[in-house]
Amino acid sequence: MLTILFDGIAYGMLLFILAVGLAVTMGLMNFINLAHGAFAMVGGYITVLLMQRAGVPFIVCLPIAFVGTALLGAIAERTLYRPLYRRPHLDQVLFSIGLVLMSVAAVDYFVGSTQQILQLPDWLKGRTEIGEGAWTLGMGHYRLFIIAVCALVTVLLQWVLSRTRFGSRLRASVDDQRVAAGMGINVNVVFLSTFAVGSGLAGLGGALGSEVLGLDPTFPLKYMIYFLIVVAVGGTSSITGPLLAALLLGIADVAGKYYIPKMGAFIVYTLMIAILLWRPQGLFVRQGGKA
Amino acid sequence: MHKRTFVRTLAQAGAAAAALCAGGIAFAQGTPFKIGLILPMTGQQATTGRQIEAAAKLWMAQNGDTVAGRKVELIIKDDTTLPDVTRRLAQELVVNEKVDVLAGMGITPSALAAGPIATQSKTPLVVMAAATSIITEASPYIVRTSFTLPQVSVSIADWAPKNGIKSVVTLVSDYGPGIDAEKYFSERLILDGGKVLDKLRVPLRNPDFAPFLQKVRDLKPDALFVFVPSGAGAAVMKQFGERGMDKAGIRLIGTGDVTDDDQLNDMGDVALGVVTSHHYSAAHPSAANKKFVEAFQKANKNMRPNFMAVGGYDGMRVIYEALKKTGGKGGGDALLAGMKGQIFESPRGPVYIDAQTRDIVQNVYLRKVERKDGQLWNVEFDVIKDVKDPGKSK
Repeated sequence: MLTILFDGIAYGMLLFILAVGLAVTMGLMNFINLAHGAFAMVGGYITVLLMQRAGVPFIVCLPIAFVGTALLGAIAERTLYRPLYRRPHLDQVLFSIGLVLMSVAAVDYFVGSTQQILQLPDWLKGRTEIGEGAWTLGMGHYRLFIIAVCALVTVLLQWVLSRTRFGSRLRASVDDQRVAAGMGINVNVVFLSTFAVGSGLAGLGGALGSEVLGLDPTFPLKYMIYFLIVVAVGGTSSITGPLLAALLLGIADVAGKYYIPKMGAFIVYTLMIAILLWRPQGLFVRQGGKA
Repeated sequence: MHKRTFVRTLAQAGAAAAALCAGGIAFAQGTPFKIGLILPMTGQQATTGRQIEAAAKLWMAQNGDTVAGRKVELIIKDDTTLPDVTRRLAQELVVNEKVDVLAGMGITPSALAAGPIATQSKTPLVVMAAATSIITEASPYIVRTSFTLPQVSVSIADWAPKNGIKSVVTLVSDYGPGIDAEKYFSERLILDGGKVLDKLRVPLRNPDFAPFLQKVRDLKPDALFVFVPSGAGAAVMKQFGERGMDKAGIRLIGTGDVTDDDQLNDMGDVALGVVTSHHYSAAHPSAANKKFVEAFQKANKNMRPNFMAVGGYDGMRVIYEALKKTGGKGGGDALLAGMKGQIFESPRGPVYIDAQTRDIVQNVYLRKVERKDGQLWNVEFDVIKDVKDPGKSK
């Protein structure tokens, strides 16, 4: 049982890293970016291709995936996304879906549609078992690594948001964009850097997740629904909201598949429906925030 | 409408029809023989499509594109692993392109979706990949050159109790072939004195093996029997190793889909020693197979052929032989009659297309994963000859 909890936490943290960029950009720019999964896929493929073709060690690939995807995100924001901020949500949805389909086809064309197999370094392949019988805690070293990296990223994010000037500018722009611009905050730069970091985090999540979730060109379409659930349940006005939502969903998913295998994947959706019926704005939204 | 316009239109239609008929009769002997090959080239089973396409093209490269004086045209369509798309493509191929034979069918739902089209249009449908027993009963025009899960599952169920495996947990993908595998493996194992501790099913799309494998770990069987479609084996193998199941004394057995030749070499050492039963291994030691593997690798950048490729290769042979038997004339019922009862030597071993059930009868081999010349191969160590599909044997 403890092992299931551990696996659920690892899965939840991974989901969080993947979805936090989406939550922040949705809250900040009020832009429905369904192409977020495509950035995650790019990060995953950067890692896999660097490891397979250039022999770059896994641990070095992670920051490269982050930076590479962040750059891609910055370019996309400046050229593709910015003209669409004022448009109605439906246009944004159509645009981002189009972007996803293009990225899926492009990756399929250049790399092929097989599942990419990642060979982890040996120090990440082991497993540690503590305890006995029903209270055994089995921790795969890779999942421990995921939890460690994601926890570090979360702490960093929270620190940036609450202790740096950039963080306060970001929070101001999320609260009320027009007033923030009126106060002299360069909202364009805030948007650009936030989008870039959000996409970079998605790329990092994709790189970390390739081993656990599998990597093929249909990755953005398969997992988009999970990111959206995390954002819907967690709300877009903070990062602790999506964090708790992701953990909840990760644990529910893994535990559901273990204890009730027949219902397996449906547990997550049932939970989401129940939570949204109870709190339509999401579990952790401050009352009175701008809609 | 004015009477004059009406008569004029009627006359024009009549003239056009007459021209078509005349043209039709003149062209009948020279029209190309069209094979409509519907494969999943993208989507979840894209590796299946890739392998079969390569095998079909290899066959045509080796045997030419003219049979009994008639030119053969291969039309390949991508159904993206979605059965609705398969059905639509089958319909378009039959109605628009007027294909003489349909082929391919990457997964069971696709084959079942295209079955009614084959029946209605009296077009033979050669199933080269899908593996559930009931497929050949979905249409009297279906002929299979792939395999069936019951065929390969009972063999490993016979082997297991003789080799120290008394308790097993089964883990299969939740769709036709998976359920077939689970049923026939469990029944045969229990008949041989073994025990099935639990039967787990994983969703076909987006499978996440971690919680299921954890459950297996907690049940502590002697072995885990796995069936997943071609291409998903690597994920199972990795999770199996990551959970330390081999170190906990649980053996991995299954049908050959889990050690798919397409992915086997990339799985790493965790796959060593895994025993599976299947109808084709790229390491099968026959002269015909060696030639096939060499030619395949040469034509496809060293890609190793797997059991899907062999199904495609043999499917093309069945179509060519049937066309020869009709003297190049074709025609749905005549072709079907030509396909039934064919016996030949395939790269996998001797093969027979049963005339009653239109299904394939072939040898099933027991293999173990071993490292040879630096690569991982499924090395055969035993064979059960001429296995008929137990799902149907009446």
